[in-house]
Amino acid sequence: MHVVYPVVLSALLFSIGVYGVLARRNAILVMLSIELMLNAVNLNLVAFDIWAGDRLHSGQALALFVIVIAAAEVGLGLAIVLAVFRTRKTIDVDRLRALSERERADDDAEART
Amino acid sequence: MTPGLWPPSGPEIVFLLLGLVALGSGVLVVTTKRLVHAALWLVVCFGALAGCYLVLTAEFVAWVQVLIYAGAVVVLLLFGIMLTRAPTGRSEELDSGNWWAAALVALATAGVLVTVVISGFRDAYAPLEPGRGSAGEIGAGIFRTWVLPFEVLSLLLLAALIGAIVISRTDITGRR
Repeated sequence: MHVVYPVVLSALLFSIGVYGVLARRNAILVMLSIELMLNAVNLNLVAFDIWAGDRLHSGQALALFVIVIAAAEVGLGLAIVLAVFRTRKTIDVDRLRALSERERADDDAEART
Repeated sequence: MTPGLWPPSGPEIVFLLLGLVALGSGVLVVTTKRLVHAALWLVVCFGALAGCYLVLTAEFVAWVQVLIYAGAVVVLLLFGIMLTRAPTGRSEELDSGNWWAAALVALATAGVLVTVVISGFRDAYAPLEPGRGSAGEIGAGIFRTWVLPFEVLSLLLLAALIGAIVISRTDITGRR
């Protein structure tokens, strides 16, 4: 198996994930795209582990650890998304602008007048 | 003497087909107008990637991928979709206004990564022998060489679980 095939597939999947993170508005769709990126990284790790014939299986072990960390991250990320939904009734990331500096400056200008 | 890129061998053909499925479903995940379909296309993508791992002889990683990613992570995300009252039909509001900038960034990323990778690994060849990724070998490796990160990861899972519970509790409020 030429290593080019899994590695190019991983690079393309990663770019698709980058597009998803930047273009999607729903917070859960952003998390779906982050999972795509993590899967691309896993494919890369496994491909290089098989190519290098690592006796310690470091690539495959690290891929397993990435899967575990991604599962923990999804659980925690969903808890945060649900907390945001509970208080703001929306998880549209384009509309969650309470921490934006420009809006705070506008609010301060309004409060002063 | 590494074999040339053409004609592709049997495992390479299977890998290319699975890779096409993974890419197609990945594109559908980030472009579809229905939220629930995005999660379902992600299941297809995970399944295709598990097949890719099987072709690469990493069997244990493939089954863990199906078990945890397709089985648990997607279910969690579907729960999130349900609990945030997301639109279940066709919705025009899922893409941000500057999706064209995102597409440019993604194309630039793809261009840089693919050219670098092809120029670096054009001649690399990995002979595939089954058994290198079997459960016994990976298990032996994890519980001998990687046992410390494994234990730390179980602590991390515990911390994530406790953190998720604390964030979800509605009776803990901030300081007034």
